[in-house]
Amino acid sequence: MSKMEMSSPKTNMTQKDPSNTDEFIKGLWRDNPVFVQVLGMCPVLAVSNTAVNALAMGLATAFVLLMSNILVSLLRNFIPKEVRIASYILIIATFVTITDYAIQAISVELHKSLGAFISLIVVNCLILSRAEAFASKNTLLKSIMDALGMGLGFVFALFCLGAVREILGSGSFFGFELFPSNFQDWVVMILPAGGFFTLAAWLLIFNLAKRKEAGS
Amino acid sequence: MSEAATIPKTNSFHMIRAMAGIGALCGLLIVLTFEGSKPRIERLRKEALQQALFKVLPGISETKTYTFRDGAFHPANDGEENLVYAGYDDTGNLQGIALEASGQGYADVIRILYGYDVENQQIVGFHVLESKETPGLGDKIEKDENFLQNFQALDVSLSGDYQDLKNTIVPVKSGTKSNPWEVDGITGATISSRAIGNILGSSTLQWVPLIYQQKSDFEQDGNE
Repeated sequence: MSKMEMSSPKTNMTQKDPSNTDEFIKGLWRDNPVFVQVLGMCPVLAVSNTAVNALAMGLATAFVLLMSNILVSLLRNFIPKEVRIASYILIIATFVTITDYAIQAISVELHKSLGAFISLIVVNCLILSRAEAFASKNTLLKSIMDALGMGLGFVFALFCLGAVREILGSGSFFGFELFPSNFQDWVVMILPAGGFFTLAAWLLIFNLAKRKEAGS
Repeated sequence: MSEAATIPKTNSFHMIRAMAGIGALCGLLIVLTFEGSKPRIERLRKEALQQALFKVLPGISETKTYTFRDGAFHPANDGEENLVYAGYDDTGNLQGIALEASGQGYADVIRILYGYDVENQQIVGFHVLESKETPGLGDKIEKDENFLQNFQALDVSLSGDYQDLKNTIVPVKSGTKSNPWEVDGITGATISSRAIGNILGSSTLQWVPLIYQQKSDFEQDGNE
């Protein structure tokens, strides 16, 4: 049973069959989709300009990931190898469309600020990679755990970026003003360039932490 | 491509079955979601528009939708175009007309709603319905207080024969506004604020004389 894992080489986990909890935990930290696998960078950089946007985008992606993992895992013996990618994309696109309607029904304002990036979840490589590398080869329960872990890891990472960018770029957090009115906003932080700066800083912190963990 | 020769071919029937099956299932899911969320989405959109109407026409308590066809304004039915929104106060007097307008901004098309006070011949309110302008720079058109002050009493007086505007609304450089029909720009959002001035300019040129000439279309209904 070959499980294509995209973990970092320094992992010192035992190689025996991982439990369901392991499948869940790995996405949160060891194989975090953003900080370790560096997948799905388009929404990570584009819609993480405020904490609310980041959270909404993260949750939308996590929902699509969960639902597509469930369906792919259920249908894994029904889908022939030759048409698997087309089938996965069809399934993913369906849930993205559903999410799009759901967000519109929740708040027009939110849908406006996420804009075109909701539809772009279809081509988020994180989701396709989990369908191809995991859900199509594992049982339903394991696929659900994997999707939940990866999804929450993605939400966590996006939130880390969104929070920093909103605090520095707009001087607020979830819309609440944090600083006195004479605080000069770092406008660059909510522009695309700020996304790269923040991502670089978080990657640095994450890798330092991992190195320390491995060294101790 | 040598792989293809060694791997036994899947029966094409199975492939078609999988694709068609998944396609049908997905189609069903989408239709169900669409139908399920449609009433709520439409209601939210209407509410958002109502809120915007109350914002751009200060002092109104009731709105009615009209459409422009055959040279006059008629109460609008569903699905009609060329809509204008009339706002009335408590006693049913016409307070103003809200109009939608759009034009190219910096990033994409900007859609706005503005309120026209027929009595005083002024623009009295402004709201951005849709914009993808750069956050922190171009989106100042929605937040910048100095800029929004432009639209508290923007002059759109008509010339003597009511056929044309005396002065078209024009955008000017930030801080140089000297006439009541000029729109003061924003430093750091030059293109976006300029675009708003131009959108208003062309939209008022087209609609304001029409509305003023036909203003009885709205009043009759309001006093019923």
